[in-house]
Amino acid sequence: MPTSLSLKELSKKEELFSPGHRLCSGCGAPIVVKMVMLAAQYPIIAANATGCLEVSSCISEYTAWKIPWMHSAFENAAATMSGIETMYRSLKKQGKISDEIKFIAFGGDGGTYDIGFQSLSGAMERGHDMTYICYDNGAYMNTGIQRSSATPFGADTTTCPAGSKCPGKLQQRKDLTKIIAAHGVPYVAQASPSHWPDLMKKVRKALEIKGPKFLNIIAPCNRGWRSQTNDAIRLSRLAVDTNYWPLFEIENGVTRITHTPKDKKELMRFLKPQGRFKHMFTSENEWMLTAAQEHVDAYWERLQREQECFAPQNGTRLPNPEHLNWQ
Amino acid sequence: MHRKVAANGNEAIANAMRIANPDVCGAYPITPATEIMQRFTTFVSNGKVKTEMVLAESEHSAMSACIGAAAAGGRVATATSSQGMALMWEMLFIASGLRLPIVMGMANRALSAPINIHGDHSDGMGARDCGWIHLYCENAQEAFDNMLMAFKLAEHMDVRLPVMVGMDGFITSHAIQTMEWIDDETAANFIGEYKSTNPLLDIKNPVSYGPLILADLYMEYRKAQEHVMSGVPKVVLDIAKEFEQISGRKYGLFEEYRLDDAEVAIVVMSSAAGTTKEIIDQFREKGIKVGLLKPRLFRPFPYAEVGEALKHLKAVAVLDRADCFGGSHGPLYVDIASALYNYAQRPVLINKIFGLGGRDYMPDHAEYVINELLQITKDGKVKSVKEYIGVRE
Repeated sequence: MPTSLSLKELSKKEELFSPGHRLCSGCGAPIVVKMVMLAAQYPIIAANATGCLEVSSCISEYTAWKIPWMHSAFENAAATMSGIETMYRSLKKQGKISDEIKFIAFGGDGGTYDIGFQSLSGAMERGHDMTYICYDNGAYMNTGIQRSSATPFGADTTTCPAGSKCPGKLQQRKDLTKIIAAHGVPYVAQASPSHWPDLMKKVRKALEIKGPKFLNIIAPCNRGWRSQTNDAIRLSRLAVDTNYWPLFEIENGVTRITHTPKDKKELMRFLKPQGRFKHMFTSENEWMLTAAQEHVDAYWERLQREQECFAPQNGTRLPNPEHLNWQ
Repeated sequence: MHRKVAANGNEAIANAMRIANPDVCGAYPITPATEIMQRFTTFVSNGKVKTEMVLAESEHSAMSACIGAAAAGGRVATATSSQGMALMWEMLFIASGLRLPIVMGMANRALSAPINIHGDHSDGMGARDCGWIHLYCENAQEAFDNMLMAFKLAEHMDVRLPVMVGMDGFITSHAIQTMEWIDDETAANFIGEYKSTNPLLDIKNPVSYGPLILADLYMEYRKAQEHVMSGVPKVVLDIAKEFEQISGRKYGLFEEYRLDDAEVAIVVMSSAAGTTKEIIDQFREKGIKVGLLKPRLFRPFPYAEVGEALKHLKAVAVLDRADCFGGSHGPLYVDIASALYNYAQRPVLINKIFGLGGRDYMPDHAEYVINELLQITKDGKVKSVKEYIGVRE
């Protein structure tokens, strides 16, 4: 019997990511991990890219993981998991193992969008039965808040510091969720811990689908975002409500927006509480707020179009899942 | 039944892998090792092995997948060369640090730049201190034999370390030679069944692999690794003894050729040893006491045993098929010098760099080196400790 997604029922489940880890107070990553683990209805084996989550969850003889867990390097969580999943498939075919196990790789945005991009792309193309989850905090937080390709436009980081000549990061974020969708994998989604039933449903859905899946989950970092330690959920909610972080999924080529903000807020409501965007609120940098807002609006508009265009009722021809040879 | 065949080194390694029948193999193509995995995947496609392949998008990912697969709990193998090994370099340390018994065939090839696809030892030497066991082969026969022994060695309960088996790119990997197969059943029984330790796939006993270890314990981990490594030579010899019983072929930590009563000797690895032996025989026919030492177990390097084998000589030339660019000598020379340093009486030691990027090592090169050694025994004069031979000036 699946546990219903009610707080009452979920609170009875054992937490498989245990307290006592050494992530900063107010960090979004462990909230995401706990939600993922609570949502899972199968035994899970996890791989972890080097990063905040990894260095803080398994130190010396202490581990926060009550499930089998592996870290090998920074850029290769997807490749490492490819090996684990392939061994599982091999031993299962040989009749040496009978458990029904699901495989999840965790990586931050640095380990996923940047240095781990190739190994992620390779694993998605090969069709391993695994779910890759990026906890996206928008910079290399573990090494001290350096710019990544997931860092939002305008952000002040330690390698693109806002100064008199350069007002922070001047490029837009890489749209990784869509890039992974373009691999033709059966399921990708964006989620936010503020909308936890949506997040947990997506995790459950991903784990039920055979083949490679990708979830991109926003995970506020109060150190890097220069916000308060009790802000993680409020900021991730604002990210959704401003359309900075739209909640959607693409299943077998069909785009579906899973949450439309009832009362869409201006982007500056998300930016304002964060010290990393402080310089954008000066008169000489007003153009940055405009540019950021325009980008978010354009992205949302496009996403809605995609939802309309690629809906089956509009005649979109979908790949026949029978023909997809996922591992 | 032992069958004599004509085969190249890649075929020998691919067949040893077929017999070992790994649960998972990671692979990425690179000249001249590509053929190993081409042949092996033919076995996969035709059901000759139970192996599941991870045909990765890079060598870094191929090795990462091997690491994940080995930790998951099963037999794992791969193969590479040159730039592929260089790209794997980060992961080689992680494979050994996590004590994962991965076996890798290696067709040794030069490193870029300039790009060159031919045989030399730059790749293996660049990975000499990565915590892997290194075995080097003179010919296809040794590649087959060492690859079979490598699985048993890596997976031995006193070892549990990755092993790479090197042969000279093209010279050995592609040249067809006569060699002897061991029948599949005998060879497979020799390797034995894989036994897993702390497998990730055991969900009832969850383990965490790859923790953060800081200054309070990192040295103890490293010392433990060093301790395991220091026990490897004994296991290598035990396995060689067992292997002799099924093959009739003797293997040691290194091969000594006419070395006992020699006055001068050449130390050289892999295929060049074959040519050198021919020339040694010619000198011996003239009554000149020349010998050879061919390292087989290159890491961990058997310093004490090599020192004992060479200490009685008057002069020794170490031939390196790679250079270090450290303002010093070739990597093998440095090891041989270390092996001999503690003896009060030790041979004069010279270093020749040869055969880089596939440059042929010719019989007259061996002859030239031996004559130089003989001259040293007469007048004691060393014209230069290190010299490139077979090079255009």
